Amino acid sequence: METGIFYILAAIILTSALMVVSLRNIFHSALMLILCFFAVAGLYITLDADFLAAVQVLIYVGAVTILMIFAVMVTHQLTGTTMRQVNEQPIPAALIIIVLFILLAIAITQTGFEVIGKFPLMPTVAAIGTALMTVYVLPFEIVSLVLLVALIGAIIIARRD
Amino acid sequence: MVTLEHYLILSALLFCVGIFGLLTRRNAVGVLMSIELMFNSANINFIAFSKFITPEALTGQIFAIFVITIAAAEATVGLAIVVLMYRNFNAVNVDKINFMKW
Repeated sequence: METGIFYILAAIILTSALMVVSLRNIFHSALMLILCFFAVAGLYITLDADFLAAVQVLIYVGAVTILMIFAVMVTHQLTGTTMRQVNEQPIPAALIIIVLFILLAIAITQTGFEVIGKFPLMPTVAAIGTALMTVYVLPFEIVSLVLLVALIGAIIIARRD
Repeated sequence: MVTLEHYLILSALLFCVGIFGLLTRRNAVGVLMSIELMFNSANINFIAFSKFITPEALTGQIFAIFVITIAAAEATVGLAIVVLMYRNFNAVNVDKINFMKW
């Protein structure tokens, strides 16, 4: 049961990711990206990360891809399906990623991870909230500052002066 | 039984697909989409390690929250730059924007 769900989600993730990088119409790529993010959220649920699954749907599916689609719409005249969407380097890129994947697979299978058979605490929302407000309060505040800087920076970069 | 290696191999595959898109896409928005795919593969790694190696500490999940935040900030600034490129150069293809290249 669990194995079947994992393989179905993995197939959805990899198929939609391949379509994101290969489709001619960039708008269809954005829609495939939404499907990929939903499947990754499902994978988080199989990994007992319920809060992260909700955050994934809210931020990635709800905000980031909408922003991508917005940019596609704004630059629509230049993203037509008639023009070539990939550059001259697909074969070197394919060779590079094949070599990289072989290296990663060797590293993953050769490393002996010390897997602990305990079950994580569920639901994780209360524990994550407590940790963010106690142990990780400094990174939490810094990352909120980063968000503010990114917001102001995006407005200043994109404004018409 | 799904082991840790299953998740790691899946995330390595997703990372490779993201790198392929990053290297071959001409459209700057497509490049940003590929970067988001790579962020997601890193998050799968973090959460898989959090479940299998440190099930009671939640360190990986909290790090994944920070990664998601930084990814959102990166997408915001990146898309603002894309809009600016479109307005100033009338092009969104990254092989056209090469005025800083020697």
